[in-house]
Amino acid sequence: MADLRETTRSGPGRLLIAVYAVFVIAATARSAVQIATRFDRAPLAYVLSAVAAVIYIVALVCLVKGSRTSRRIVVISCVVELVGVLVVGTVSLFAPQLFPDATVWSCYGRGYGFVPVVLPILGLWWIRVSGRAVAQ
Amino acid sequence: MVDVLATVLTFAAIGVAVWGLVLVVINRRFALNRPYGLALAGAVLLLELGLLVQLVTGLVNLFTTDRVVDQWTFAGYLAGPVLIVPLAGFWAAAERTRWGPAVLVIGCLTVPVLILRLRQIWDGHG
Repeated sequence: MADLRETTRSGPGRLLIAVYAVFVIAATARSAVQIATRFDRAPLAYVLSAVAAVIYIVALVCLVKGSRTSRRIVVISCVVELVGVLVVGTVSLFAPQLFPDATVWSCYGRGYGFVPVVLPILGLWWIRVSGRAVAQ
Repeated sequence: MVDVLATVLTFAAIGVAVWGLVLVVINRRFALNRPYGLALAGAVLLLELGLLVQLVTGLVNLFTTDRVVDQWTFAGYLAGPVLIVPLAGFWAAAERTRWGPAVLVIGCLTVPVLILRLRQIWDGHG
């Protein structure tokens, strides 16, 4: 399915992949530094940062791969991302004592211009649109 | 920290982003066989060279300063843009539509943000 792959990766998909790549770098570097240098300070927040990083990596790799199966994994990871950012965002607002240090998803990703809450929605939208384009 | 360089890099990155945005608006791809594309590639290359200089001088400052700086975070923010800008450049050049320059816009706009964070960390309230 070279066609599906090409469609997934080009146009808006290319920009989506670029934004995901930035988030992979940001989330991975952030959680690596946090866990390596001061894990005791906020273990829950730092583990969540690492989980977010892994989900971004999965979504990025699967978007780049662009096969039928990998696109399904993108959908799953986008849903997990959206649920994650909404749950962590809400908890960080109402129980800030659980998060002594910020994660990528704190306050719905405010530290990252709220992109973390928009990105999974755009991902789901793009999988839908590009899937239709190939089906026609 | 070399403040002049950081300021120059901030404006250079915004300049390249604006250039990319113009290409998006007038519906051009990041074409390396056209003067406007080639000049843009040159600007990206200069930006990358500047970021490399910032990485080196930043690391030297980090190891010679008496300040209490979060070293790993600072080094991460120094290396981040050095990595992001060329990746965005290659990823943008591979696209045959206006979405190519759009990638470059996003890549370049991360640079001022990272430099701002770099300043905050250096000043001790990162």
